[in-house]
Amino acid sequence: MSYRNDPYDPKQAAQLDPEMLDAAVRDAEKAFTEAPDLDALGALKPAHLGDRAPVSLARREIGSLPPAAKADAGKRVNQARQAVQAAYDARAVDLERERAARVLVEERVDVTLPWDRRPRGARHPLTTLMERMADLFIGMGYEVVEGPELELEWANFDALNIGPDNPVRGAMDTFYVDLPGLVMRTHTSPGQVRTMLTRTPPIYVVAPGRAYRTDELDATHSPVFHQIEGLVVDEGISMAHLRGTLDHFAREMFGPDARTRFRPHYFPFTEPSAEFDVWFAQHRDGPRWVEWGGCGMVNPRVLTACGIDPDRYSGFAFGMGVERTLMFRDGVTDMRDMVEGDVRFTRQFGMEV
Amino acid sequence: MKVSLSWLREYVELPAQLGVVELEAALVGLGMEVESIVDQAATVTGDLVVGRVLEVEELTGFKKPIRFNLVDVGRDEPQQIVCGARNYAAGDLVVVILPGGELPGGFRIGARKTYGRMSAGMICSARELGISDEHAGIVVLREGAAEPGADARGVIGLDDVVVEVEITPDRGYEMSVRGMARELSYAFSSAFTDPAAGPATPGTPEPPYPVRVDDTVGCDRFAARVVRGIDPNAASPQWMQRRLIAAGIRAISLPVDITNYLMLELGQPMHVFDLGRLRGGLVVRRAAAGEKLTTLDGVARSLSAEDMVICDDSGPISLAAVMGGETSEWQPGTVDVLLEAAHWDPVMVGRTARRHRLFSEAAKRWERGVDPQLPLRALERAVQILTAHAGGVVDPGVLDIDHVAPSAPVSLPAELPSRRIGVGYPADRVTALLSQVGCAVTGESPLVVTPPSWRPDLIDPADLVEEVARLGGYDAIPSVLPMAPGGRGLTPAQRRRRTVARALAESGYVEVLSYPFVAPQAHEEFGLAADDPRRTAVRLTNPLSEQEPQLRTSLLPPLLATLKRNLGRGRRDLALYEMGTVFRPRPAGSAAPEMGVDRRPDDAQWAAANAHVPDQPWHVAAVLAGDVEPAGWWGAGRAAGWADAVQAARTVLAAAGVPAGRVAVRAAEHTPWHPGRCAQVLVDDAVVGYAGELHPAVIEAVELPRRTCAVELDLDAVPAVPPVQAERLSTYPPALIDVALVVDAAVPAADVEAALGAGAGELLESVQLFDVYTAERLGAGKRSLAYKLTFRAADRTLTVEEAVAARDAAVAAAASRVGAALRGA
Repeated sequence: MSYRNDPYDPKQAAQLDPEMLDAAVRDAEKAFTEAPDLDALGALKPAHLGDRAPVSLARREIGSLPPAAKADAGKRVNQARQAVQAAYDARAVDLERERAARVLVEERVDVTLPWDRRPRGARHPLTTLMERMADLFIGMGYEVVEGPELELEWANFDALNIGPDNPVRGAMDTFYVDLPGLVMRTHTSPGQVRTMLTRTPPIYVVAPGRAYRTDELDATHSPVFHQIEGLVVDEGISMAHLRGTLDHFAREMFGPDARTRFRPHYFPFTEPSAEFDVWFAQHRDGPRWVEWGGCGMVNPRVLTACGIDPDRYSGFAFGMGVERTLMFRDGVTDMRDMVEGDVRFTRQFGMEV
Repeated sequence: MKVSLSWLREYVELPAQLGVVELEAALVGLGMEVESIVDQAATVTGDLVVGRVLEVEELTGFKKPIRFNLVDVGRDEPQQIVCGARNYAAGDLVVVILPGGELPGGFRIGARKTYGRMSAGMICSARELGISDEHAGIVVLREGAAEPGADARGVIGLDDVVVEVEITPDRGYEMSVRGMARELSYAFSSAFTDPAAGPATPGTPEPPYPVRVDDTVGCDRFAARVVRGIDPNAASPQWMQRRLIAAGIRAISLPVDITNYLMLELGQPMHVFDLGRLRGGLVVRRAAAGEKLTTLDGVARSLSAEDMVICDDSGPISLAAVMGGETSEWQPGTVDVLLEAAHWDPVMVGRTARRHRLFSEAAKRWERGVDPQLPLRALERAVQILTAHAGGVVDPGVLDIDHVAPSAPVSLPAELPSRRIGVGYPADRVTALLSQVGCAVTGESPLVVTPPSWRPDLIDPADLVEEVARLGGYDAIPSVLPMAPGGRGLTPAQRRRRTVARALAESGYVEVLSYPFVAPQAHEEFGLAADDPRRTAVRLTNPLSEQEPQLRTSLLPPLLATLKRNLGRGRRDLALYEMGTVFRPRPAGSAAPEMGVDRRPDDAQWAAANAHVPDQPWHVAAVLAGDVEPAGWWGAGRAAGWADAVQAARTVLAAAGVPAGRVAVRAAEHTPWHPGRCAQVLVDDAVVGYAGELHPAVIEAVELPRRTCAVELDLDAVPAVPPVQAERLSTYPPALIDVALVVDAAVPAADVEAALGAGAGELLESVQLFDVYTAERLGAGKRSLAYKLTFRAADRTLTVEEAVAARDAAVAAAASRVGAALRGA
């Protein structure tokens, strides 16, 4: 190491020769470019940028130069070293990009493979349809009310102007139980009664739920079925309001073409009464009127029995079968599919109807 | 109500060319539900022609006499037709259907070989043509009825249209030609002739037969006339038979057919007694309880004290308004008849009909309401028709015991129809429309409206509003959306049910909606103890299936039945849930209070009534069988187990918003679960349900797959939760320390975790059990539970010493509370 102390040794200043420096840079650039991968590139680094690399050795020689030459030589060495470093970095970026691209290719999978390791369940379309209907009315400011399925005979019949001699009260239509004064509710209308007994007008409610009648199960009947009932009691309510509400409901359920048609009918709890059809453009057998439900102006006798002044208030009520709605809306042709609980039926509908 | 259009046309002017669509629209617009409109001409298709029998050849050698005929049907060659009837001769005009035609009932006619001859077509009987029940022989037309080859439909009256409508129970008057014709006159704004408006002989001081009415509530009118010496063999005229048959009523005999005919035309049910079989004067009264009467259908009936009867000296001879008795009825050979037309209390008739299950055509009309002003006119018509076709002498006496109350006038504010319908109806229009339906209207406001005698349904102002709306047309009602005041949205309980349902569905369960009907032996199959409250069930008195008369006290029996149904259809891996109410009767007490309808029940009455309604809490249940995670290309599946059921319970409670810290799970023994694999689920120390694997004995009894699991929670028992109060999040790093504890295997993991939590103090952020390990070297009856403890402070980075101190405190608490030892220590 004696040469370090001999600044005038011309051999040792050869590393600073501009041509030597250019050659070192070219060598390095060539070597880096030829490095096939990052490992090879890394292995080349000490030879061109390490302590014993030409540019490093050249830097050491600067000290041996006369002061006047130092600045110029230092500048050259720095430029050379920066050039080598830049060549290294550029090659490293390229190789990293190549490697990343290769990894992506190598990690390719078959995305069509199934991965149904925990299959989703499904909600029953009758439930979700009732929720959908209820939500529509919630959006209009209505509230959802409920009542017991095993109901007071008074609420299911008497208060609704269904007198003791009405044939529907017979055991041919109504399920009776071993408790006097109680029946399986034959419609969701007792929900109306309970609401009127416990609230004061204005009343805007819907009552979705289960009802029971002594029909044997077949393609179009079920002893247990679902209805949604609507009730409005307020000052100045007319059949026009009833119609407007049902038209709106129909449009929101079945699209802008939907509208209703009223046919005179008889229900003890409404007067005037009507059955209503809906124009259903999406029917699988072509656009048509479909029977949808019953409605009318709340019979003043019902208001009286529930403690509402029929001279001050009037109201309307309507009800429709949820099964029936699902049948024509979603093309269900057999009632049994809705009651038997076959998972294949319910899975068709998922989480929403 | 089924009637032929030609009959209606007799009393209402209808367009000559009235299409089925137009007719149906008119009837529907009036409030009659159209069951069918049948063009009879179309019920026989193909060539139905008049033929003249040219030659008759008797064929022999068959079991019955058979004829081979040559019939002129207006073609070049006579038609060869084999016929089994004998009521005709060569030269007669008959009705022939030619090959290619079809008779009612889909009976296609061809040319075929029969009885050794070719037969091309058929000579028809009235029954085969669907025009009457007559089948004793073929139809023989009167000479000159038509030329051979002419279309026979018009000749035999097979050119009518038969309308069948359903009448709503409030409109009894529509169950007649009279009522339907009146209604159609509104729809077509055309002239109506009232068949009841003709002359009628009034009651005479001297009755034709002694009658006494003891109960004028049950029978407010009783009228009768007598005709003697009629020809017992006189048949009903063809036009009458055709109309009866079109209306679906069998032709029986002239007197009986007349009463049926007038019932259809006027709406007045009538009765014919054989005068010769009556014993002494008639008495109309209530039956004595237990009194006996054999009705026309041959059934010996025991009567109720509410039934009305007509009696003679022999006792009851007729179950009034519903069905006659065997001993007094017209019978073949009767020559002296007493015709009765009365008016009965609709409530009484309804009860009698239901009590005796006799829903006769008469009872249907009485129950819906019959015009009390019809009897004399109906008797007049009956006597006219009877004597015209069977001769006889009419007794000059007319019996009329009349206690009919006049229709009560209704006070109608003139503007009420407009207010209720939402369409402007000026007072004069209201008056016009109500007058059109037969009301007498006086006054201006309020209008004083007296309904006609045939409209007992018009009682309240609202009934009159409906008539205005109906005749004004429901289509005229505009569509106006009312504005509701601000609503409160779904209730917390409603939102909770939806969230729980969605959570279960997202967890793999499929919702089912079972019938709530169960068999009592479900309790046996579940092994419920004799005093188990779930055995106390409400029982249907008229179940559809005698096997399943009870209402569920648990969701599981019907849900497991649904599981089995799916298994039966080839599904093996099943996870089902149901959300619904169960029915829990209250301890028996006094009966619910009687509540009227003329005013609101008071709060005490209403509360007392509801105290009798069984509790019907919402439950949620889920069942699992087979694999909960299916096998696939990724590897093996995972069978559903007790833990899935317990986790379903936790999922439900989490979805219900109950913080995990308020939920506890404990081992429990509870039927129908496996005693070693049953978890009791608690919220705030109150039991809300059970989960786990079903008892092997239950699985065997119900025939379920091994290891079937179930969970059932009482959703209504889950307390409401207050809004979450958010904790401030620490941004300092956590300190994680694992501990493995050796405890007795009998110590529940939940207790170990609770002890760790209690001991670790407030620095503890979470405890996670990551390993459960059993090995001999741990010692008999021991197991190792490994936990990851996460510590974090709100205000600083924990030092190692602080974290270790907290860990040591946690372990110490576990040691003292559940006897845990640090593993390897």
